[in-house]
Amino acid sequence: MTNTTAVSIRRSVAATINGKEAIVPEGSTILEACRNIGTEIPTLCYLENLTPVNTCRVCMVELEGSRTLVPACSRKVEQGMVIETESDRVHKSRKMILELLASSVDLSIVSTELNRYMEKYQVDRERFGPLAPPSEQGQRENTKAGHHHTSNGAFASTVAVPTKIDNEQYIRDYSRCVLCYKCVEACGTDAQNTFAIAVAGRGFEAHISTEFDVALPESACVYCGNCVAVCPTGALMPKTEYELRQSNQWDESRQSVTRTICPYCGVGCNLEIHVQDNKIVKVTSPIDHDVTSGMLCVKGRFGFEFING
Amino acid sequence: MLKGIHNGAKLLVVDPRKTTSAQWADTWIGLDVGTDIALANTVAREIIHAGLINTEFVNRSTSGFKEYAASVEPFTLEEGERLTGVDANLIRQLAHSYALADRAQLCWTLGITEHHNGTDNVFALINLALLTGHVGRYGSGIVPLRGQNNVQGGGDMGALPNKLPGFQDIENDEVARVRFETKWGTSIPAKRGWHLSQMFDAMERGELRTLYVIGENPAQSEADSGHAVKLLQELEHLVVQDIFLTKTAELATVVLPASANWVEADGTVTSSERRVQRVRRALDPPGNARNDLEIICDLAIRMGHDWGHPSAEEVWDELRSLSPMHAGMSYKRLEELGGIQWPCIDENDPGSQFLHGRLWKDPVEGPLAPFTPVEFVPPLDELSDEFPIRLTTGRRLDSFNTGVQSGGYTSPLRKPETLNLSPTDIAKYGLSEGEVVTITSRRASIQAPVVADTTLRPGLAFMTFHFPDQVDTNLLTIDAWDPKSGTAEFKATAIRIDKLAEQSTFPINQTKVEALT
Repeated sequence: MTNTTAVSIRRSVAATINGKEAIVPEGSTILEACRNIGTEIPTLCYLENLTPVNTCRVCMVELEGSRTLVPACSRKVEQGMVIETESDRVHKSRKMILELLASSVDLSIVSTELNRYMEKYQVDRERFGPLAPPSEQGQRENTKAGHHHTSNGAFASTVAVPTKIDNEQYIRDYSRCVLCYKCVEACGTDAQNTFAIAVAGRGFEAHISTEFDVALPESACVYCGNCVAVCPTGALMPKTEYELRQSNQWDESRQSVTRTICPYCGVGCNLEIHVQDNKIVKVTSPIDHDVTSGMLCVKGRFGFEFING
Repeated sequence: MLKGIHNGAKLLVVDPRKTTSAQWADTWIGLDVGTDIALANTVAREIIHAGLINTEFVNRSTSGFKEYAASVEPFTLEEGERLTGVDANLIRQLAHSYALADRAQLCWTLGITEHHNGTDNVFALINLALLTGHVGRYGSGIVPLRGQNNVQGGGDMGALPNKLPGFQDIENDEVARVRFETKWGTSIPAKRGWHLSQMFDAMERGELRTLYVIGENPAQSEADSGHAVKLLQELEHLVVQDIFLTKTAELATVVLPASANWVEADGTVTSSERRVQRVRRALDPPGNARNDLEIICDLAIRMGHDWGHPSAEEVWDELRSLSPMHAGMSYKRLEELGGIQWPCIDENDPGSQFLHGRLWKDPVEGPLAPFTPVEFVPPLDELSDEFPIRLTTGRRLDSFNTGVQSGGYTSPLRKPETLNLSPTDIAKYGLSEGEVVTITSRRASIQAPVVADTTLRPGLAFMTFHFPDQVDTNLLTIDAWDPKSGTAEFKATAIRIDKLAEQSTFPINQTKVEALT
């Protein structure tokens, strides 16, 4: 939404997507090209204000001449590409990925969009058997590389772990984590440059961790909550929202969302104030606003209690 | 800035403390507190002597270069090193990096302005921008970073003693003044008022007997706050309009509970980059708290002027009709464009990303930009054998000013107030971490625990003023103020540290500061 910016002129490239011609500026991704012509591509780890990391593989599409499917979120369009986004192979791949996630991760708080994809691709959550009981606190984090015990097939292994509540601002429920890396990116060079979290462990034991898995107050975390803002599954959640959900009082149908400006410093960050019963229950920031592209600091995101009294 | 660094920009940080920004910098230049002019003048002399000035820009767009060049001539690199404590090679590096850069910005905050000569500090930086032509072009410029969401907007709206809204001069711009008089149906005295520091002086002289304070907490935010409180107490009538019962409100004759403008009322604020943006009402204010606009209009009625009860948009539209630089900013356009940067003179104007582009026009539009030679005068609160340590004050990430707003939430980062010292000084004075000491300036004594801080150089101490109810740092600071801006010298206090006879049970483990409400 910048009102005056220097515009660089780029060459156009043309590709064929599902038989339709798409002409986009050079450097555009397949995802951008698809969105331009109204072709829907499901995404999970992609966000406009982060660098694509290609971890979730939900956006894979078929590219003529390519041995494997390619990630639409990061693969750049080249002149003459022929792309299929809804082929049997693509459908099968998306169904499998969503089933692997749904069988191991708690996906009960996800966007209506993701729920729609699960229906569209006929995801069977129990395809790999009934879900295993949650592991003990610390068990997953402490499993050494190569020490993973495969399930005996009677149940499907899950990433379920107890919720981490170690500060007053946000909780971490890694039972809901799909390892999309968005939080790691927001904490790193894409936004906050704090580097408090990273992916630790390997294979099924891979998980998001602070340095040496210390509690957040002992970590480098500065509580900007930008990780919370980008989390697509509710694994990271403001404590205000978590507590209301725990007591069954969280009700988005009774909430209003109003855009305003942060009351603290002079940067002019845009805030979206989520209000329920005349109380602020959550603060977010619109990613399409160019002052901070959805990112905030601790004061803007969590410093509203003086209004609630 | 970090985005810029990732894109390959070079960052040089000039700060007495090795702040987080300094830790990201290519070079940290740790100067002595209050020696900014000496540094800037040394940089200027080096740029001139190395032949790095932007001759074309200086010749066609500026005036007074000769006098300026003469004024910086005594500031050799060696003299600069002696005055600022910065290695001459570093000063040279700073001068060359800045002058040779394709585009460069000078960004600053209160470390430049909260001095007895804050305005001269700013002039010293403007001179550097003029010398190198780093002004008036995309990506170059001089950038004061604002510390509050509407400190820019307050000035823009005429909350300055000598300006009408839109920076129209109340004494010299008769055309503008008459425009306001016609619109408002009243006469406006063509005489500037008092700024904050002058108001306190006028209270001291007994000339100012009634004060109406809106949304400020001078009882805790003023330098030498003990003195400020005494003057507030001696007023005949003190009205405080605020969203909190602040320490200032506790002294008031009348308290008018207000709504929080950013979330309980409609309106606009203006950010550091001159971007006017909409604030919107998201919830109802508590109890009897009311919108500032309603309160002021009701006061006007009591004083015999019925302005009705206009909406925020109606007030804004009146402002647009009187302030040319806001004329093109309708609420509709502010909404559509996500804010607009002034000046925006009509509804086809996209706003202005940067100012002073006129200096690059051929021929130059308007007056030439003058160099303003400034004299280096060190901080007024001099270091001496009795007060050998330089205390500077500042802010922490998760807190805000006197803590009235930010005290309301529990921040996992928040630590109680401390006296931060370099590890060298802690050893030198025989102190241990956590030990409570007495900190004495020429005005007052307070107590706080000591903590080691590796961002500080020996001889430099640091405190915030976020927790005045626990440790009232501003009792120590000097209320000497800059005669040009009225800003007090919060950044440079001379102190000494004394060990206590007995360790008291100071509440240093207190991690949560209670909200004042």
